[in-house]
Amino acid sequence: MAENQYLYAVARIRSRELRLLTSPFMEQLAAAPDEAACMRLLREKGWDGGAPEDSDGMLAEEQKKTWGLMQELVKDMSVFDVFLYVNDYHNLKAAIKECKSKNPFTNIYLGQGTVPVEDIQKAIRENDLSILPESMREPAEEGMKALLHTGDGQLCDMIIDRAALEAVRKAGESSGNEFLKLYGELTVAAADIKIAVRASRTGKNRTFLETALVECGTLNLKALTEAALESEEAVAAYLEKTDYSDGALELRKSPSAFERWCDNLLIRRIRPQLHNPFGIGPLAAYILARDSEIKSVRIILAGKRNGLPAEAIRERVRETYV
Amino acid sequence: MLNIGVILALLGAVLAALCAGIGSSIGVGMAGEAAAGVVTEDPAQFSKVLLLQLLPGTQGIYGLLIGFVTLTQIGIMGGSSDISVIKGMLYLVACLPMAFVGYKSAIRQAQASVASIGLVAKRPDQFGKAMIFPAMVETYAILALLISILAIFGIGGLAI
Repeated sequence: MAENQYLYAVARIRSRELRLLTSPFMEQLAAAPDEAACMRLLREKGWDGGAPEDSDGMLAEEQKKTWGLMQELVKDMSVFDVFLYVNDYHNLKAAIKECKSKNPFTNIYLGQGTVPVEDIQKAIRENDLSILPESMREPAEEGMKALLHTGDGQLCDMIIDRAALEAVRKAGESSGNEFLKLYGELTVAAADIKIAVRASRTGKNRTFLETALVECGTLNLKALTEAALESEEAVAAYLEKTDYSDGALELRKSPSAFERWCDNLLIRRIRPQLHNPFGIGPLAAYILARDSEIKSVRIILAGKRNGLPAEAIRERVRETYV
Repeated sequence: MLNIGVILALLGAVLAALCAGIGSSIGVGMAGEAAAGVVTEDPAQFSKVLLLQLLPGTQGIYGLLIGFVTLTQIGIMGGSSDISVIKGMLYLVACLPMAFVGYKSAIRQAQASVASIGLVAKRPDQFGKAMIFPAMVETYAILALLISILAIFGIGGLAI
């Protein structure tokens, strides 16, 4: 039985889940007087990577810890490709822009991906796209053309972001796992809604929307495009008729409230994995839970660094998995 | 002379030991993997998860018991092994509850044990409750053991 492949891994994850950050702890962080106090609390929780005052280093180290654990637990890491494609395509965008600027960029590449950063850089620098996986070649070529010939950075981003979303959706569907399929669907749907809202706000035309939006099972792209062309309120009204009706209310509040709702929706949908003793689902949910808590900690630390009031920080902190 | 009765009865004894044994080995292996995962993170839970790992192992013992009782009844362990074809067939049928229920219940019990090991990993204080869930599956293995034993002893007294 395939589900019996991960018995050891899931049992270890069950123990690890005890170390995930809880809502009361997030509250404690948000109420801390400053960034240094937050760092102290996190170090007490075992977030011990990076230099003493280096919060970015600490967060990067926590991310590495998650993937290090997964490499220890899962022989074939390709089951998690669905989470890593976004990083690949981000690195592709970075490499194209680096090539155009002629100056080396530092600290913009993401380490966790399915394709080594050096390969992506080499493929773009030497214009040898055969180094890249087949699915990345076409968007890489189109993105390069868009940026190098027209100088339109936004068009380049749009082409590659679209390819990234398509890769995530396809990987979710082809995984044969309900949970990963749901992740792919939610990621694409949330991105489509955000694109529609931003396009509506900035007055983008139909061609832009038709190029940027990616097909998914829970949204009708035609209706979403029409709504985006009409107004932001029309997008919210359309959402009320979909599976994402709760998001309409948040969308009317503010874009950041909607982004938070999207992240919280994912956490709520993955929560049943806390009670699933078999399969890849609990491992995948743990990765997402760790990503979410790192995102929340980053928001809190940035808020403290910039002197935001605790209330403003609390509004942005994501729900926790445990 | 070929004694078909003994062959059929022996087949029953072997099936009981074989199926229940295979089920238990799969079950104990599954629970063992989960138990090792918990102990990697928290070695203090070793004794608790060990008990949960052992639960699916009982079916193998029941299968062995049925096999052993059948062998003594049909004279393979000593005494006369002159039994009729009908009696041999009856012994075979009497062993089947333990063979089938033993195999299936060991695997199902292992799944419950794996879930309970996850429960112990998160809430070690709930070990007592965690034990009950897989133990419930044991009921059906015991019922199968009982019916197989009653049938085997009953067949011994039949004059056929």
